[in-house]
Amino acid sequence: MAAPLLELERLSVVYEPAILAVEDVSFSIWKGEIVALLGANGAGKTSLLRAISNLLRAKRGRLSKGHIIYDGQRVERVPTHRLVETGLVQVLEGRHCFLFLTVEENLLTGALGRRSSRGDAKDDLGRVYEVFPSLKAKAKQPAGLLSGGQQQMLAIGRALMARPNLLLLDEPSMGLAPLLAAEIFETLAKLNRDDGLTILLAEQNAASALHYASRAFVLENGRLASGGPTADLLARDDILSAYLGLVSEKIVETASI
Amino acid sequence: MDWSFLIGVVISGLLAGVMYSLVAIGFVLIYKTSGVLNFAQGSMLLFAALTFVSLHEEGLPFWIAFVLTLAIMVLLGVLIEKIVLRPLINQPPITLFMATLGLSYIIEGGAQFVWGTQVHQLDLGIADVPLPLNSILISQFDIFCAGVAGAIVAVLGVVLQYTRVGLAFRAAAFDQYAALNTGLRLPRIWAITWGVAGFIALVGGLLWGARTGVQFSLSLVVLKSLPVLVVGGFDSIIGAIVGGLLVGLTETLMEVYVGPFIGGGIDQWIAYALALAFLLIKPTGLFGQRSVERV
Repeated sequence: MAAPLLELERLSVVYEPAILAVEDVSFSIWKGEIVALLGANGAGKTSLLRAISNLLRAKRGRLSKGHIIYDGQRVERVPTHRLVETGLVQVLEGRHCFLFLTVEENLLTGALGRRSSRGDAKDDLGRVYEVFPSLKAKAKQPAGLLSGGQQQMLAIGRALMARPNLLLLDEPSMGLAPLLAAEIFETLAKLNRDDGLTILLAEQNAASALHYASRAFVLENGRLASGGPTADLLARDDILSAYLGLVSEKIVETASI
Repeated sequence: MDWSFLIGVVISGLLAGVMYSLVAIGFVLIYKTSGVLNFAQGSMLLFAALTFVSLHEEGLPFWIAFVLTLAIMVLLGVLIEKIVLRPLINQPPITLFMATLGLSYIIEGGAQFVWGTQVHQLDLGIADVPLPLNSILISQFDIFCAGVAGAIVAVLGVVLQYTRVGLAFRAAAFDQYAALNTGLRLPRIWAITWGVAGFIALVGGLLWGARTGVQFSLSLVVLKSLPVLVVGGFDSIIGAIVGGLLVGLTETLMEVYVGPFIGGGIDQWIAYALALAFLLIKPTGLFGQRSVERV
């Protein structure tokens, strides 16, 4: 088997003064996969994604232990903007669009992050508008006027402008109507299928995440509680009820839609 | 009532306000991108004026002294950002404020150490005498200042709106964390911002210096620009301009029309009274952003 695209080795995350948010978490992601990261609020999903994108320092946290290997390189000391340039891009929890900038300007900041040439930025803009046609209609409007779903699309579109190899998404379905969430998951699945985009998806919405992911890991109180192919996880009643708060029939039903 | 006199007072008040705006813009730029209330802006202004005057007095021609001082100011700004503020990143605002407060004394002391303490005259070659204009008296120098401020604001506006650096600046100003995550190079944006703030300090220093003489009280204009920021909003360039104009106008009007009844000196404190009123009624200032946060 080829080397993984992303390898987490025994990661621990600490916030000042002494809050241990993630403890001893290891797993790997291979190219072309969709991997789900599940867990309740406060389980450490966001902290883990922050660690991967080297964003912890901005939140007064740090990686207290462990290594992160991306594309064969140790990256735990590589600044975020270098990671973005090499295709490791994150869509933050809560979307974080630049609300006073227009939709198109928001997208262009993604091109700035990658240091795209003007020509590339223009091509990518066209591509993002193909993926999210509703953004094109609002290109010149401030992002603050978009609906929640459109802001999520914008946040994902901004990330796509950086031409990601590995896209980290933190709760993209948060606060969205089920139909809108499904539309966003479908889009991500399509990007994965057609462009081979590798995706790490942190979600509380376990049913949807398991439906689209090939493998999943469950975090509980900062530790990896279980993990494996989604089919195996879905077959285990103890995991469904204990970690995901779901009854097996229900999730099988939802997941097979 | 003498209308032409009133109009004259209003115009000279607005023009006086332009001088406040010039200082306030430097504040706003830095506050917007890095959330630092840079108390050292005033001593940067003094440092710039003093450096320019001293170089000029050494016999350097105007433009060479200007460019040299500009280079020094940009360097100073970049160094402050790198050496003092970068290590304090993520510290509470009060820590950053104290750091810039200390910095302002170091810069003042440094300027004193290098250039001495005597008062310098600065002549920009523009007469500070009133020109009669349809029976209204307006200082030629005031008009020049307004022109310079207008030009700076116009250039800033164009750069912010239409260039990549401007886009990065606006993004970082709105949401630093998202900008960081998007891959924008915040340290570079901060360095550029401090460089620009250095340039604005130089321009402000020259104009103020030409009017009042280059001396150490020059760094006190920082105290006059605080009410401007409260009135206009700490994070709005437009606010800095309107706030400056409003403060200048209020000061002049009050001094002329109310001052005689209470024995003058009203322009010493009226700006603060105005700021206090704004804090009570509209704490974000006229153009300040209300924080837009999603949960």
